[in-house]
Amino acid sequence: MTELPHAALLLSAVIFTIGTFGVLTRRGAITILMCIELMLNAGNLALIAVSRSLPAAAGGAGVVDGQVLALFVLAIAAAEAAVGLAIVIALFRLKGSTDIDLARLLRW
Amino acid sequence: MMSLSILGAMTTLQTGLFGLVAALAVLAAIAVVLHRNPVVEGLFLVLHLIAVAGLYVMLDAHFFAVIQVLIYVGAVMVLIIFVIMLLNLQPEAKGGSGLVPAFFALVLGVGLVSLLVRAELAFAPASEGLELAEGFGSVAQMGAALFGGYFYPFEVVSLALVAAMAGAVVLAKRQLEG
Repeated sequence: MTELPHAALLLSAVIFTIGTFGVLTRRGAITILMCIELMLNAGNLALIAVSRSLPAAAGGAGVVDGQVLALFVLAIAAAEAAVGLAIVIALFRLKGSTDIDLARLLRW
Repeated sequence: MMSLSILGAMTTLQTGLFGLVAALAVLAAIAVVLHRNPVVEGLFLVLHLIAVAGLYVMLDAHFFAVIQVLIYVGAVMVLIIFVIMLLNLQPEAKGGSGLVPAFFALVLGVGLVSLLVRAELAFAPASEGLELAEGFGSVAQMGAALFGGYFYPFEVVSLALVAAMAGAVVLAKRQLEG
């Protein structure tokens, strides 16, 4: 039973890396947003796994703080999705596409 | 003896189930990154998030698994897929961003995963072999933490959500020139 949190930690590393790869190689703005969601979710998985495996003050295993932090990450991820999608809509109305290579006003 | 062998079978079953759900989560994540159609990507992300919610159940975070399905799958993903369909996005053209960025991303990815795996192999909590603490991950414990020690961070998060909502409305409504 104690090896499950370890496996979940390794899994979260793999998922985070997949998300990073997507952010670096894809060009659609919404695809990149979804890859960022993957990365945030991997962070949440690590938090939950560690919270399961830390020793509690009252005895036994499991400290709830990791789950509370994961809840905060979830709320910030929801806010990030709302603002990110608003920016994508503004980009689409400006350029007619969500290709991030078109947003190059600050590039010489 | 009998109960011990049953316990062993239970653990094997649990490990097998964990491996199955973990493989599902990883395959869905790879599909999100590699598929060209945004709608299909969104649906694979939904599959991935549900698989991860299953992992949360196995890690005794039952309340958080429910929250994951309700908020992530039920609210955030509906919003993302709604915007994909609103913009009528077509599948991305072949070619991607070229071979050089993909190569650098691959190198960076291999480095990142080895770094994270090294850090996590060094993680050895002092709770090896301990039983699960009483009431861990229950709604009562989460609520006591949120409205106890984490009261002010909790209120700040609600402010951040309001600010994000107002900012999203302003950003999406404004007429841009260019």
